[in-house]
Amino acid sequence: MSDTEFEGIVASPWSGGASPFAINSKKLGMWLFIISDSLTFSALLISYAYVRLETPNWPRPFEIWPAIAKSSLMTFVLLSSSLTMVLGVNAAFNGDRKKTVRYLIATILCGIAFVAIHATEWVTLLGEGVTPWSNPFNPAAPLFGGTFFGLTGLHMLHVTIGVAYLAIIAWGFGKGKYTAEHVEVSGLYWHFVDLVWMFIFPMVYLLSVNPK
Amino acid sequence: MSSHAHTGGSTVHAPMAEPSGFIRKYIFSVDHKVIGIQYFLLALTAVVIGIVLSLLMRFHLVWPNATLPFVSGGQMSQEQYLALVTMHGTIMVFFVLTTAPQGGFGNYFLPIQIGAPDMAFPRLNMLSFWVTFLAFVCIIAAFVVPGGAPISGWTGYTPLSGLGEISGPGEGWGQTLWIVSISLFCLASLLGALNFIATTIDLRAPGMSLMRMPLTVWGWFVTAILGLLAFGVLLAGGILLLLDRSAGTSFFIPAGLVVNDQLQPHSGGSPLLWQHLFWFFGHPEVYIAILPGMGVASHVLSTFARKPVYGYRAMAYAICAIGFLGFMVWGHHMFVSGMSPYSGFAFSVLTMSIGVPSAIKTFNWLGTLWGGKIQFKTPMLFALGFVSLFVSGGLSGLFLAQPAVDNMLHATYYVVAHFHLVMGVAAIFGIFAATYFWFPKMFGRMMNEPLGKIHFWFTFVGAYCIFMPMHFIGIAGGIRRYADASAVGFLAHLQPVHQFMTIAAFITGAAQLFFLFNFFYSLKFGPKASKNPWNATTLEWDTDSPPPMDNFGGHYPSVYRGPYEFSVPGAGDDFIPQWLEPSQVARAK
Repeated sequence: MSDTEFEGIVASPWSGGASPFAINSKKLGMWLFIISDSLTFSALLISYAYVRLETPNWPRPFEIWPAIAKSSLMTFVLLSSSLTMVLGVNAAFNGDRKKTVRYLIATILCGIAFVAIHATEWVTLLGEGVTPWSNPFNPAAPLFGGTFFGLTGLHMLHVTIGVAYLAIIAWGFGKGKYTAEHVEVSGLYWHFVDLVWMFIFPMVYLLSVNPK
Repeated sequence: MSSHAHTGGSTVHAPMAEPSGFIRKYIFSVDHKVIGIQYFLLALTAVVIGIVLSLLMRFHLVWPNATLPFVSGGQMSQEQYLALVTMHGTIMVFFVLTTAPQGGFGNYFLPIQIGAPDMAFPRLNMLSFWVTFLAFVCIIAAFVVPGGAPISGWTGYTPLSGLGEISGPGEGWGQTLWIVSISLFCLASLLGALNFIATTIDLRAPGMSLMRMPLTVWGWFVTAILGLLAFGVLLAGGILLLLDRSAGTSFFIPAGLVVNDQLQPHSGGSPLLWQHLFWFFGHPEVYIAILPGMGVASHVLSTFARKPVYGYRAMAYAICAIGFLGFMVWGHHMFVSGMSPYSGFAFSVLTMSIGVPSAIKTFNWLGTLWGGKIQFKTPMLFALGFVSLFVSGGLSGLFLAQPAVDNMLHATYYVVAHFHLVMGVAAIFGIFAATYFWFPKMFGRMMNEPLGKIHFWFTFVGAYCIFMPMHFIGIAGGIRRYADASAVGFLAHLQPVHQFMTIAAFITGAAQLFFLFNFFYSLKFGPKASKNPWNATTLEWDTDSPPPMDNFGGHYPSVYRGPYEFSVPGAGDDFIPQWLEPSQVARAK
């Protein structure tokens, strides 16, 4: 073996420079969580598609007023909350604590509004007799209720957790305990929950508009 | 020294001060080494239970009418046999094959082998373990609830698992606990996988490029990616199954189902949906069990053959390829569930294509051994055993990958023999190799070599005696999950083969006492281990045995070369560790 080959084996340090993947662990962790959570939602949405295609005469009970109007309003509220979130993250990186907290609170209020309107939707459907195990529109398709409450319920759980998460971040950032990086990571979660709704809204609501 | 310096600017936790109280130090510890040992002990408990369950099954298959003291009514019922099948499979797959190699050794050694002071998220790590522990408590509780353990197999096939008590004993509380346990396990594994990936990407020491990572790290890293993508889907399936059982939905239960003469109040669902969701997780799960073992085998073979791993890059890429293909073959578990021949063909071709990276690994293991100065220490024997079992079990996979052949063999013992060899016993051999190899580092003492060798030969010969004849029973038509084949005319003449396997199983099971004795005796009385007893090259051998709280005692290693520089021509020693500065490397005189 020549000297240069020997050197090649014993001495080619990668000189300890910056890691090629120098991404903050917290941010990376949140991205990885989002990947796995999106697979959970995908599995549920694909299951929904599967049972819907298997069922003849899947019910399409939603009227433009009030169901679609309400769910459109919910979509609008949630999308607006993503805007305030972006502004919040931006303010956080500009070091403006007051502004950041204000935008985060706006985001939280939008989240609460979303859950509140959604809850009235649930109450309406339950009042019409839709339950996870039965469906007055078409008794042969009892899974209408199961998929509706399952999908929107898991999403609502995510929004609720997000509201609590943002409240903690807003409180901590206002006190100076957290950095802009924390706000950004919570923003990733919030946008993801928003994005999931952009799949649920058309698949659960718009595909089930009453054709009459 | 802050840990910022060695991770190239990414913010990480500074190593935490060693806690003083017993509870913070050993119970709710955030130290990845303590958590690794906790996972290992959990798996050790689970494997003892799993082995006892399998021995009870083997006993029942040969002496179905024997009176057993602990069974109510004296004789084991067919449902109780099915409960044994279910619990043996569930405990072994989830709490042994997933927990020991990844949760146990991965947790302990991944951070050390990449030169990190801890995992990226130490508290999350602690949470993962305790949620896993809770899952284990749930599954064990299924034994003692009214009705006993569930009977629907480790795959929890619907509609059996979705209907409740009407479909059999154990399908009430037992099955609910099973679902809760598996869902918790999914959650814990997701968090663990996330932690492993972030740690591997973010916390490597200077010089530890991806192509300098030990193959063990590659194994754990790719396994974590599989876990991240697979467990979330099973979690979704678990939620739906739980809704079917407790909220009255019918995701997995079709209309018009009559069970025990009663029409079930369900309609609209499809049992196939569960199979798709389950196997989309279930097939990657097979690789979650075996990939860490492949990493350990490569690592140990190289160390004790005193040769670099043959084709290191190909080995790393093969691990990635196996992981990638593992997501596209779930349909081969469902050939007999009814499937378009075109889908069957696609799944069949994809399944067989996994043979290519598997063969790359096998031939590279052989290439690593070729011309080496082989030292037959116990870890080496188990690594060689791993290769042998992986090949023997893998070859039958090529037959099962053909839909036409699988239609004949799917419900027989042939499949049982196949997966026990290739993912069960092979993975267990990987765990044993890892235990004998790293015991000195983990506990600061050496294990006993002669006892280890006795343990190896009994286990190796025993495993073949149990599972090789099983192939022939399967080809002869022996149907799996039958509690008493002697009552079936055309199977009765196979009973002597069953007897042979049962005796082999009892001897092999008893031989594990050599291991348990060796393990606990060496903990206390083994000779003290030096820093680097095997003259190995990777970073875990650069620190004390056992390592201090921050892994390297205040200094952080830099990495100057690949992980397997053994017998380098021109060097003074037959190994050049990764951490040795170039100026310190001895030249041959």
